This record gives sequence, C-alpha cells and structure tokens, in this order.
Amino acid sequence: MAKTIEEINEKIQEGKAVVVTAEEIIGIVKQQGLKKAAQEVDVVTTGTFGPMCSSGAYFNIGHSKPRIKLGGGRTYLNDVLAYTGLAAADIFIGANALPDDDPRNRIHPGEFNYGGGHVIEELVGGKDIRLVATGYGTDCYPRKRLETWINIKDLNEAVLFNIRNAYQNYNVAVNLSDKTIHTYMGILKPNLGNANYSTAGQLSPLLNDPYYKTIGIGTKIFLGGGIGFVAWHGTQHNPNVPRTERGVPKGGAGTLAVIGDLKQMNPRWLMGTSMLGYGCTITVGIGIPIPIFSEEILEYTTVTDGDIFAPVVDYSEAFPQMKSDILGEVSYAQLKSGKIVIRGKEVPTASLSSYPRAVEIANTLKEWILSGKFRLTEPVAPLAGVESGITFKPLKERPIED
Amino acid sequence: MAVSKRIVLRFPPRLSGQPIVSRLVKDFNLDFNILKALITPEEEGLLVLELSGEQNDYDKGVRYLTKTGVRIQSLSQDVIRNEERCTHCGACITICPTSAFELDLSTRQITFHDTKCIACELCIKACPPRAMEVHF
Repeated sequence: MAKTIEEINEKIQEGKAVVVTAEEIIGIVKQQGLKKAAQEVDVVTTGTFGPMCSSGAYFNIGHSKPRIKLGGGRTYLNDVLAYTGLAAADIFIGANALPDDDPRNRIHPGEFNYGGGHVIEELVGGKDIRLVATGYGTDCYPRKRLETWINIKDLNEAVLFNIRNAYQNYNVAVNLSDKTIHTYMGILKPNLGNANYSTAGQLSPLLNDPYYKTIGIGTKIFLGGGIGFVAWHGTQHNPNVPRTERGVPKGGAGTLAVIGDLKQMNPRWLMGTSMLGYGCTITVGIGIPIPIFSEEILEYTTVTDGDIFAPVVDYSEAFPQMKSDILGEVSYAQLKSGKIVIRGKEVPTASLSSYPRAVEIANTLKEWILSGKFRLTEPVAPLAGVESGITFKPLKERPIED
Repeated sequence: MAVSKRIVLRFPPRLSGQPIVSRLVKDFNLDFNILKALITPEEEGLLVLELSGEQNDYDKGVRYLTKTGVRIQSLSQDVIRNEERCTHCGACITICPTSAFELDLSTRQITFHDTKCIACELCIKACPPRAMEVHF
C-alpha cells in the first residue's frame, strides 16, 4: 500500500497504479475484503455533475487604445451584467447574473433562459461574446465607451473561480402548500406532489472523504473538463453537522471553493442552466481523486447510496421562513428508487444532478491517472474540519436605526 | 382496423368561421379528444387532437381536412430532445403528465418516449439545461 502521494505518483509514472471509481470500489471491497483491497488499490476517483450556483469566472480583456477603466463602471456581456469593481481590464461574471431586463423573466414564473452561467458556457465553447462597457473616464484611462466582441482565445487570463461547489450532501425538497412553487431545487408540485434531490451520492467527492482527510487546499481535480484545484473551503462550509456512524453527514455539510484555467475546460462540463421561476445558474463537472493511504480511508470510499441520508425539507414554508423543522430523513437509495413515503403518502422523486455524467467524470479521471497524464498533488493545507469549530451561521440581523 | 393518432392541425384565418372538426364526427365517424387548442398571434388556429376510428374513415377524414386547407402534422415530431444538451439529470420525470420520460434504474439514463408525448410543453421550461425543444 502506498502511504504517500509521492509513492502513488511514482506508481502512476511506472504505469503500475491501481485506480478505480467510487462506484467500482464498493463491489471490489465486498468481494476481496477491506484489507486486501487497501493493499492493492492506490486511488479511488469520484465525480459529480450538478447545478452549483456560487460559480463564476474572471478574466482580463487586455487594454484598448485609448485605455478605458472598466473598474467602477458598468459592463455587460451579451447583455448580462458583469462585475467590474476590480482593475481597469478585469471582469468577473457570476453564474446567476442576469440581463437588466429580459422580457421573458418579467412575469412570474420567469423563464431565465439566459444569464451568467450561459455566458460562461459560451465563452468556454469559444463563441464570440458581446462586451458593452461604460467607464467614467480618468486622465490615465480617458475612454468612456467600449463595444467589442471578445473571445476566450484573445483574453489574457480566463479563470473559473467557484466560491461554493461540490456540496457534501444536501436537502430533499418538497412542497406542502396547495400551489406549485418554483425553486432552485426545481418545480415542486403542491401537496407533496414530488420530491427533488441533487447529489452524486456514492460517487460524490466529499461524501467519499467525509472528514476531509485527503482532500485539502491544493488538491488537483477534474474541473469543467480540464484541470483545477481546491482553493479553499467553500462558502457555507459546515463540518459540524450530525453524522452517521460512518461519519457521513446527514444533511448539507462541507463545500469547496475551486479554481482552474477556463481555457482548457469544455462546455460539456460547464453548462448554463435555467431554473424556471428562480434564476440562472451553471452545472459544473468536478472529479476528485482520493489517494488510498490506509484501510480507514478506503473504507470511507465504500459508502453506498443506502448509507447516505438527507433531510426532507418543505420549500413552501419551512425553508423560506428559516424554520428548522424537517419531514424526516431518507436515504439516496430510497430516493433513487423513484419514490419515497412522506406522511404516509407515496411521493415520486427526481434528481437535478446527473448520475450518468458523474460516472463519466469518475471514469475520465481514472483514465487520466492511468495514462500518466494526471499526477495527484499533496494538499498544502487541510480543509477546515470538525475540530475547527466552523459552523454555518444564520444572519444576525442588526437593523439600522436613525 | 381501429387507429388512434395524435395530430397537430393548423387552421388558416380564413377557416376560422366554419365548423370543421365536428364534420370529422358527423361525416367520417371519428372520435376526437382535444389535447391542446389555441389561436396564435397571427390568428392561425392550432389544435392538437387525438383522432380515432376505423383506418379508412381516418384516412378519408384526413383527406377532407387537407382538401379544406388545414395543415396536418404528426404530433411526435413537435417536441424533441436535443441529445447534445440533455445531461440525463432526470428533473423531467416528475413533471411530465403522461410519463413520457422513463428512468433506467441501472444506468440512470432517461429515455424520452415521444409516442407518449402530448406536447403539453411542461418539460420545455422544466428542463434545467433546456434540452427539450418544441418546434411549431
């Protein structure tokens, strides 16, 4: 058993590494037993492909002649508002950004057919993007208007930087009211008409390393079809949640902030996404390799859909009103069967996250490692774990009085 | 032999004053079920019908419609899935009222049975990657 990243990378170099996906490992350990499998397996690959809202990209467009200061002005990419609170030629576009006025969004439920996530998808795909910018003009940056096509190949930097991705577990959304509601968890039919969930389950990166023993800051990953890195823990990272005996969180827990060069990514793995009546986002493909240093680490990767439980949350009242009551807990095995029972009623289920695509990511990462073109990295710092004391706090509202 | 087909009928504005579909019952002994009916902004009438009866009555009825100036199209061609955009997430499954989307429990892939589709269009806006398209 290789005990270090260095040893594993040596085996990868020699073409001797044994790499399997987080789905394959389940059957392997069942057959051979944990001890033998831990001796033989070097890396377990994980994958996920689901909507991840706190995503975005930044880029530098280069200077025009004469120069314009985008920072402090207003910039639109294909009519979608971008963020220009940075330097002269730096722009950030968030996945949820919208046009100032899209007539298709005016009446609820809006269609949200085009937003930041779609701009990013088109940019990665090599399409020309319409940039329309105004600046207030300075002595050194005298120009006040810029209207130009831009293309990713001409940008200086184009970096995907997602401040919250790869949620470690999440809610199951239902609707107890008598009207259809439109949420980021999809369309929810009245009176427990349906239940939506979003997870890669047994393939999910953080669910295969529940205490973040191997995944850390600097871990090299599959991101958006190319290479990326874990930059930090993501926003709302919450290691201190109730967990099962196997350490699997029983609700949304850890998250990752990830970063990577957009120029080597692929729109198949960064897809603009529309949630009716809610908004735009982007569906991101992430795959993380787990180095097997011990039986303990291997055991975590044998987690199955039946071992992972999620809370059933009412999105008509409890969720919007910040009430903590839930309607029970169900396992992903139950959810994936197509129906669950809540309050004595059979509720049909559906996923927002693509399991077949998660399988494809885990397999792709496996092939990259086996072919020698992907070496694992040693994290430079651990992710904040349970002992860090970090929790996901609500806003403590302090009204401003005159 | 009895047949039952779902068809999309387009009525030009000049036909809006006359009863046409009722003739299918009276003259051709057919049954109809209206799945969708609307007037487009150009005042073209659009009807999605499930038309059933004996094969030769059906054929005569369709000939009558065509002769009268109604354009006919088979329904299954109207709602299509863009296979490049479909990610097989499965969000469509619980939205479709006729269960035209089927989840394969082992591969977790979604099959779209266009023969079950009644072109209600609920999936069009429910699909997160916007893979479902309606062509009218």
